[in-house]
Amino acid sequence: MRSIRAAAVGAVTMSLALAATACGGGSSSGGGSGDSPKTLTYWASNQGASIAIDKKVLQPELAKFQKQTGIKVKLEVVPWSDLLNRILTATTSGQGPDVLNIGNTWSASLQATGALLPWDGENFARIGGKDRFVDSALGSTGVRGKDPAAVPLYSMAYALYYNKQIFADAGISKPPATWDELIADGRKIKAKGKSVLGAEGANVSENIHHVFVFAKQHDADFFTADGRPDFTNPEVVGAVKQYVDLMAEDKVIPTGDAEYAQNQSVSDFAKGKQAMLLWQSAASNLKAQGMSENAYGIAPVPVQSGTPGTGAQTNSMVAGINIAVFKNSHNVDGATKFVKFMTSDAEQKVLNTAYTTIPPVKAAQADTAFNSPSNAVLKSTLATSAAPLPQVASESQFETAVGTAVKDLFADAAAGRAVTTDSVRARLEKAQQQMPAA
Amino acid sequence: MTSTALKEPVRRTPPGAAREPRRRTGRIRRVGLPYLLLLPALLLELLVHLVPMVIGIVMSFKELTQFYIRDWGSAPWSGLGNYEVSVDFDAPVGEALLHSFLTTVGFTLLSVGLCWLVGTAAAIFMQDTFRGRGLLRALFLVPYALPVYAAVITWVFMFQHDNGLVNHVLHDQLHLTDEPSFWLIGDNSFYALLAVSVWKGWPFAFLIVMAGLQNIPKELYEAAALDGAGVWQQIRRITLPSLRPVNQVLVLVLFLWTFNDFNTPYVLFGKSAPEAADLISVHIYQASFVTWNFGTGSAMSVLLLLFLLAVTGAYLLFTSRGRRTADG
Repeated sequence: MRSIRAAAVGAVTMSLALAATACGGGSSSGGGSGDSPKTLTYWASNQGASIAIDKKVLQPELAKFQKQTGIKVKLEVVPWSDLLNRILTATTSGQGPDVLNIGNTWSASLQATGALLPWDGENFARIGGKDRFVDSALGSTGVRGKDPAAVPLYSMAYALYYNKQIFADAGISKPPATWDELIADGRKIKAKGKSVLGAEGANVSENIHHVFVFAKQHDADFFTADGRPDFTNPEVVGAVKQYVDLMAEDKVIPTGDAEYAQNQSVSDFAKGKQAMLLWQSAASNLKAQGMSENAYGIAPVPVQSGTPGTGAQTNSMVAGINIAVFKNSHNVDGATKFVKFMTSDAEQKVLNTAYTTIPPVKAAQADTAFNSPSNAVLKSTLATSAAPLPQVASESQFETAVGTAVKDLFADAAAGRAVTTDSVRARLEKAQQQMPAA
Repeated sequence: MTSTALKEPVRRTPPGAAREPRRRTGRIRRVGLPYLLLLPALLLELLVHLVPMVIGIVMSFKELTQFYIRDWGSAPWSGLGNYEVSVDFDAPVGEALLHSFLTTVGFTLLSVGLCWLVGTAAAIFMQDTFRGRGLLRALFLVPYALPVYAAVITWVFMFQHDNGLVNHVLHDQLHLTDEPSFWLIGDNSFYALLAVSVWKGWPFAFLIVMAGLQNIPKELYEAAALDGAGVWQQIRRITLPSLRPVNQVLVLVLFLWTFNDFNTPYVLFGKSAPEAADLISVHIYQASFVTWNFGTGSAMSVLLLLFLLAVTGAYLLFTSRGRRTADG
């Protein structure tokens, strides 16, 4: 009897203990956001050709930071495919990193969740002031009129990468400046048996970046001035059609690209199979794939006519990465110090050189390290002809809905089905219906 | 020692009154002990299964969008709002859900049917001993043993338009198609998904049916053969009826797994599946994670749960009753 009672007591104790530890997990441990002011957790986005390369770039810098402040930074490089989900999960549970990188287009959506520390005047003063940063980069840090949800870290812009050898073989002397020229050059390139232009037809975000620019070039926007979706506006429909027609009508994008979503178009370009690529800061990626820097040239993305500028002459989104502080951090002070370190002139030079991006910090951008011809194109694009993606709370849903519509249109084009103004409008109408009623 | 000896008879004097409660506590102990021993399992079950389910159900009644996910408590109650949106088949969200549901039903019926057919056929063929049988059996189980992600990503490579093995064989070598087909986008994606699902699922059917076959006495077949039954008749009159209880469970399990399968479509197509292969699990994932509307996502999950419960209940009721009448 006694032994049975002992066993029963043991069982009850164990079950209670199990239940208690499992319940307690949420409140006491987890997340790793240090209760001690001497540690920080940092989620970095994957900027280099691989996560290993990112660790190699960042680890020495984190060591420098520890030497200066005594704060140890625990680094985790999160792949792009997981980053937004991880941030959402962290937001929902309240257990996350102290400092994190976000794609700058997510700024407004994440700002709406209230998970990120707002950068008011006081916080900006602690990292040296808002006016240290380039305006275009600040334009992609949250809804206009609200305190930014994040601080610019790396800036990028789209450019036209072209294979010099293929251009020479086809007798093309200079890169196309307008879409008509690109299509005309395409005929010469195809005659030499190469494919013309790469695209990531099944990659929702890439699709958005391109149709956004085409919409700008049609003098249109996906959202009205007061932030309501306006996808079926005839100019927007025309813009989306023009992009998809590069495959459907003009045949400069190969139909096979309709299913690309893992940067296969970059590989096609690096292998010399394809003459042109529209990409953001591709240099380090191309180098990692074994393409010599002399083998390709960089030109501004084509426009409808004339030269790149503002308004309808826009030829890139303001691409880039922002750095943000998680509001639930137990070490906001240390986190702010870390942001100050990462956006300092010296670190900006080191990091942006490693990632072949452009520093959003004015003083660093002026450095001679960023004066190469390729950087000149990116810098002038950012300064004069890039526009930020819509800074609305539903930006993330917009990317999914419209990006998927474009993916489906590419699939139609690849299958040989006609892409008409009506079919484009129907897809966009469906996308608009999926948007949350704001 | 002396004191106990003295007390003993005193305690024994009123026999009925004193013994009764003692026996009762003894009985409670005896009866309660199994429950007490089950308690840890019960608590863990609550923690692992029921609590998340209840939270999910609660979420489905809230307007849990990006504005509220940081502080769930502040999310306003939406009553049946999320359900109304989900089942309003004239509006886009409901229409898309219905389409996804029907696609999933069609896909599941085909996949389960083929898995069962291939698995059963293979198991019956493997019944007779022949040289290399063990090797073949092991080989057949490989798809089931492989990690899902690794296996499906290989299929992704094979289904690629430009460099994929499938197009190389069908188009370049056999010239069955005029042009290389797209398998990962457009309408063909349904067949691509079905192929991978059957490839992944049939070894399980094979394994279970094979186990079931071992329990059928050989004498039945010998007797049938003496009575002049051919192979086909033996399968129809002996094998299949004997496998009935095994099949009952097998088909149900396959159905639930296939209907809920998330990994296969997600690895094949990513976050936004093509319309033709828009399975409900990915659809719900997209409704909650990609559009950041966890309330609607939960409502859809609850609807799915109710549907699967209803199907499972009806299936068990129907098949068990059928068996009982057959037995009786």
